[in-house]
Amino acid sequence: MALALEQNDKIREIVDGKRVITKKPELLAPAGSLEKLKVAVHYGADAVFIGGREFGLRSNADNFSIEEMREGVEFANKYGAKIYVTTNIFAHNENMDGLEQYLQDIESAGVTGIIVADPLIIETCRTAAPKLEIHLSTQQSLSNWKAVQYWKEEGLHRVVLAREVGGEEMKLMKEKVDIEIEAFVHGAMCIAYSGRCVLSNHMTARDSNRGGCCQSCRWDYDLYELEDGEEKALFDDNHAPFAMSPKDLKLIEAIPHMIELGIDSLKVEGRMKSIHYVATVISVYRKVIDAYCADPENFKIKREWLEELDKCANRDTAEAFFHDAPGHEEQMFGVHGRKTTYEFAGLILEHDPETKIVTMQQRNYFKPGDEVEFFGPEIDNFRFTMGEIWDEDGNSLDAARHPLQIVKFKCDTPLKPHNMMRKENN
Amino acid sequence: MFEEVTIMKKPELLVTPQSVDHVKALLQAGADAFVIGEQQFGLRLAGEFSVSEVEEATKLIHAAGKKVYVAVNALFHNEKLDALAEYLKEMQRIGVDRLIYGDPAVLIIRREQGVTIPLHWNPETTATNWFTANYWGKRGATRAVLSRELSLDEVLEIKENTEVEIEVQVHGMTCMFQSKRPLLGHYFLYQDKVMEIENRKENRNMFLHDDERNNKYPIYEDANGTHIFSPNDMCIIDELGELFEGNIDALKIEGVLQTPEYVITVTEAYRKAIDTYFDESADAYEDIKDDLLAKIEDIQPAIRPLDTGFIFKETVY
Repeated sequence: MALALEQNDKIREIVDGKRVITKKPELLAPAGSLEKLKVAVHYGADAVFIGGREFGLRSNADNFSIEEMREGVEFANKYGAKIYVTTNIFAHNENMDGLEQYLQDIESAGVTGIIVADPLIIETCRTAAPKLEIHLSTQQSLSNWKAVQYWKEEGLHRVVLAREVGGEEMKLMKEKVDIEIEAFVHGAMCIAYSGRCVLSNHMTARDSNRGGCCQSCRWDYDLYELEDGEEKALFDDNHAPFAMSPKDLKLIEAIPHMIELGIDSLKVEGRMKSIHYVATVISVYRKVIDAYCADPENFKIKREWLEELDKCANRDTAEAFFHDAPGHEEQMFGVHGRKTTYEFAGLILEHDPETKIVTMQQRNYFKPGDEVEFFGPEIDNFRFTMGEIWDEDGNSLDAARHPLQIVKFKCDTPLKPHNMMRKENN
Repeated sequence: MFEEVTIMKKPELLVTPQSVDHVKALLQAGADAFVIGEQQFGLRLAGEFSVSEVEEATKLIHAAGKKVYVAVNALFHNEKLDALAEYLKEMQRIGVDRLIYGDPAVLIIRREQGVTIPLHWNPETTATNWFTANYWGKRGATRAVLSRELSLDEVLEIKENTEVEIEVQVHGMTCMFQSKRPLLGHYFLYQDKVMEIENRKENRNMFLHDDERNNKYPIYEDANGTHIFSPNDMCIIDELGELFEGNIDALKIEGVLQTPEYVITVTEAYRKAIDTYFDESADAYEDIKDDLLAKIEDIQPAIRPLDTGFIFKETVY
């Protein structure tokens, strides 16, 4: 315990009479593909979690081959970033085959650690791939400090907390146990305790704890009560049906609090999300963390950060359990998401400082005269009215219609490769 | 030369009583072991037993030579840990036979408090392979309570490869979902029916209707959040042969959300199945199993169709 407190003392320091944060938390990003991994790292993630072809929970995501993991690690290492691989299924007997080899392959790809729920995989990793760090997945729904102590005694490097754990609870965990703590800060959430939901198994014969979750919690249901054998409706025509859909998590305004608690890793959810989403969310949280750590006393959340996050949100957001138990207004009834206010229109490949010609890979339809916005880690966001557009051979286009088509246009403001162009949805 | 004889042992018949009186009736009906406890520590219990009722029930059960297990299998938050430590000490004093846990905090607290009651590992949905059952066995569990989402083959393979006892559910509802959030209360608030929250706080007569599947899922709230249950009651009274042959150690009749009388009748039927198989023969069990099933069908509520759970179902992912 003394050690834990001592570690907590190292969160802050006085430098030249000014308080600064010396323990900057890791910003952990999701990536469902190699391209998204590179975007996440480029836009400021300190670490990225990815899924492999097996033993992970998003069977619908693209997921990484071992070769792609290796390439991802090499890319990340250039930026000093780490890669973690999710291997967080609860395995059935049949899933044991090939596990050792798989973990050894991950280890040899240079991955830093795995995110695990099942002790089968924890123990196998220890013997088969001992260089890998072991992080306990949120699938274990870790909710109290004694359980954290248990996993510390088992030699784990890090625990990811249950999404039901609040800030005060995290504080006690940090005080009592010297282990890295990772907590979610942004993204979609299970409304059930993770690992404790098998709705998909019952409703669709798909195993939720092996990646088959079909999000039955977000469907509509009619609530009834049974009285003397009579079924009485507990809903009416003026209201939407019963649903279990939570608003997405957004803890941007709690980041300073989490940094002061000494939380080691701040996790953004969403391996299924687009590169536009990953770039936008990661760049905003990067700015928040850096600004707070550099000057905590004068830190303020900027309106532009909040607006920026909204540009890629397709659901309402809330703080869930961080401050208090979430109320009914943190659930969604009769609403199943909405279109994002902006869409990703193109990825900058090159900007010629002489001719001011931008070479861009098209990601969504746009045409001359459209109002667009550029953003990226090296530039301040700016708006722009699209002028003439050419194809690679210099032919003028009435619109950029084709996904991944290489197009050119002129823009006087400098742009960097990997900057993005977005366009307001109509 | 002697032929090798496998000694088969009767599996324990485990039930979930709703009250001390229900315990008495279930002892009569032939139950071997009882899961009891209270809501703040145990998940989805059929009845609420205060510490003094646990003590009373334990005396009764022990006098009959049977076993009592106390459920402390909730997912605990920091605020519950001190109370949990006190509770474990009380259970030690009372002398219950086993503690049922899912959260590893129980392992730490048990050790710190010098509690010596043996453990059953029951994390509900996540006890899915034999390696992990043995893992918890090495850390003090004497039994693994398997996830209900396993097939018969998976159950038998786990039993063949474990050093701990194996318990499976054979009858009743299964929980599909637990949220920390009070989802019913939230729905009433959303509908501006704040009075309904108080009116229905203790009610366990609500269900969700799934129009597409025409299923009805029981739902209720308690100290542990919101719980949603399977649309059917599992019943494999006519499919027990392979579990018997596989030496499964304990068969559980889950009585949550059932009437006490229903649980008594079901317990009698499974008692009869076990005794007939082991005291008479496998053939004798084959002869009566359809009658036993018919007996249960007779009392089965119309709103609760019977099925065989995941025993014969294939799940993909």
